[in-house]
Amino acid sequence: MRDNMFGNGLRVVALGAVAGVTALASPSPADTSFKVAVVSFLTGPAAGPFGVPGRNGAELVIDAINGGTMPAPYETAGFGGLQLEAIFADESGGNAKQVAEYRNLVEKQGVDAVLGYISSGSCMSVAPVAEELQTLTVMSVCGTPRLFEGSDWNYTFRTQAHAVGDSVAAALYIRDQLGDVSSYSGINQNYAWGQDSWKFFDIAMQKLSPESRASDNPQFPKLFAGQYGTEISTLLLEDSELVHSSFWDGDIEAFVLQASVRGFFDKKKFISVAGASAIDNLGKRFPTGTVIGTRGEFGIIVRNQEGELNEWFINAYRERYGVYPLESSYQYAQSVLALKAAMDKAAAESGEVPNTDRIIGAMTGLDFVSIAGDVSFALGNGHQAIHPVSYGVTAWDDGKDEPTVVDVRVYPANCILPPAGQLSEDWLEAGMPGSDC
Amino acid sequence: MIRSVFSDKTILWAFVGFAILSLIGTLLPNWVLNNAMFGLARGLAVLGLLLMWRTGLISFGHALYFGLGAYAVAMLEKFTGTTDIFLRLLAALIVAGGVGFVIGLVLRHYRGIFFAMLSLAFSMVLYGVLVKTEALGSTDGFSVSQTTFLGWRPSSKYPLFLSIIAICLLATIGVQLYLRSALGHLTTSVRDNEIRVEYLGYSVARAVHVKYVISCALAGVAGALIAMALGQVDPDSMVNWTVSGELVFITIMSGPGSVVAPFIGAITFEFLRTFAFEWAPHAWQLIVGGTLLGIIFFLPEGLWSLIRRLWTKKERRRDRYTSSAGARSA
Repeated sequence: MRDNMFGNGLRVVALGAVAGVTALASPSPADTSFKVAVVSFLTGPAAGPFGVPGRNGAELVIDAINGGTMPAPYETAGFGGLQLEAIFADESGGNAKQVAEYRNLVEKQGVDAVLGYISSGSCMSVAPVAEELQTLTVMSVCGTPRLFEGSDWNYTFRTQAHAVGDSVAAALYIRDQLGDVSSYSGINQNYAWGQDSWKFFDIAMQKLSPESRASDNPQFPKLFAGQYGTEISTLLLEDSELVHSSFWDGDIEAFVLQASVRGFFDKKKFISVAGASAIDNLGKRFPTGTVIGTRGEFGIIVRNQEGELNEWFINAYRERYGVYPLESSYQYAQSVLALKAAMDKAAAESGEVPNTDRIIGAMTGLDFVSIAGDVSFALGNGHQAIHPVSYGVTAWDDGKDEPTVVDVRVYPANCILPPAGQLSEDWLEAGMPGSDC
Repeated sequence: MIRSVFSDKTILWAFVGFAILSLIGTLLPNWVLNNAMFGLARGLAVLGLLLMWRTGLISFGHALYFGLGAYAVAMLEKFTGTTDIFLRLLAALIVAGGVGFVIGLVLRHYRGIFFAMLSLAFSMVLYGVLVKTEALGSTDGFSVSQTTFLGWRPSSKYPLFLSIIAICLLATIGVQLYLRSALGHLTTSVRDNEIRVEYLGYSVARAVHVKYVISCALAGVAGALIAMALGQVDPDSMVNWTVSGELVFITIMSGPGSVVAPFIGAITFEFLRTFAFEWAPHAWQLIVGGTLLGIIFFLPEGLWSLIRRLWTKKERRRDRYTSSAGARSA
């Protein structure tokens, strides 16, 4: 009897699974739709702080543009006359898995374009495959400048400015706001983004604050390591006044919690290049007085900034998802807006439905308006976007009983990024010639 | 000799199966071809694990050789610019087989949990080194360029697919012949009673060592083939313990019944993962894990037992055990 019941139960589950699968797989192709895969971390430690807010930011803006409910300048419905059909995919599982899944998205699911990617590892490994499969790919968050320096991609674009901007703006903010820092160290993840962030920050500091001394023992734990006991001990034993970190995802939350209980933030000044998502997630447990950046005009730094598009975005996002949009929500929305602007332009120029080649033509070198600032594809032969980067200091807003960022400074794009055609490292080593702050 | 090879039913059917697969390959869309290539290559590594399993040994560290094979391909290209399939495979075979031989000198004296954990430890050493070393690509790994065949650069995936099939067929025949040889017959004997095998005049340690090196070489070639089919290597997808776990997963899923089973299991796994990923991007791991549980509960002999059941008329008549709903839904 028990066996029988078990069997019946299984049968029901199997039937349910089949029904669910059929419902999900039922195709809805139309000539007027443009199919886009939105890839972000949906599982694992980066899902909560980055992947899911990013996915939601893209979803919100895609739905609003499809329905024609966005404020100006994106009030027209559709993308160059097409409805955007989004499917969401997971970025977890390593670079090789992402390459395999990218092939599946294009060759099996037949998407017209791919949008997203948070990890620099994903971006670096997917770009060559995008060329091979000739598929428009708009990258949203990843930061390593290596993507467009040394390689010319035709099908790949990136709407996020690269790590040099974040690092130079960080060094500028330290000089402008904290004054002289006698010495500095760092804790960064041991992969493209972490290595580059530290390297560029270090060079920028040497150029901007030559008195300041770099630690000879910066820490490089593994990405998603989660445990930082030994690194915190090492940093505490050093005499460095300031600690730099490009941690993001769940790692920054883990680090902040583990470092707080050891009094780390009372002894050290801390600058977090990309950890702003943790402020909202940790609330009062995130130390005030931390220098924080969001890699652009995104997230908590522009939460009180006026502007129709920004206010609409924050309100619509809160209404739909019940929380504030985070840094990655803005970054993903920015990629969608780039696609919208390019597809509208391509449709207007040719008078026809935009195809991949026309969109690429329109997107190359394009200037467009993002949620809280302007963006232009100025580097990487018109494929790499530049935009301003802001830094501020965390504080607690007693009136609203929520975290906030004060003393915000905005550094314009041509102040913190190399001019077109110049390699980041050479430009930094040469003392950032042509930088206009 | 050739007649005796083809008088073996398993070899005959493997030959027919792979021949059919290579013909179907010309008709398949690219994504199916891709997944089939990943599945076949992974099946090669599982074939090695099957050899160990029949001896009663489970290795939780075969990602070491899988990764060595993949990284041999990437490193060969990085330092010499070589993209030729024969040199790539040779490099993977030498590196994985060589390291397997040296580590085998230690591992051959251990059994059970000690064998499993020691092999895991060795594999995590390589993982740690790769992750920590920027010159070896760190967590990012490397892109691998398209494979060439003696200077010829094909415009489609099919030649690589065909090569993978040929290698899988050769490996299947090789392992089957080995299992039929005197040394191969020691496989189950070692599992059943080591002392008796020693009294028969054979060295158990040597028998285990030989099997270990064979399985290492197979895993190395598998890693090289995946690197070529995918165009990317990185430690998390190639060397981490999860990869070893995945290989053991597929071994259990396939069942120890036949040398053909690993390929059926691995291809099934590849498609299962692809569809789970597509249908449930938030919970695909749950589906993959649930499937393994289902197989362990309802098909303890693996997927192969399903095929064998269809094969044997006597067993086709459903007795009470096989007619349970679980067997069918799994």
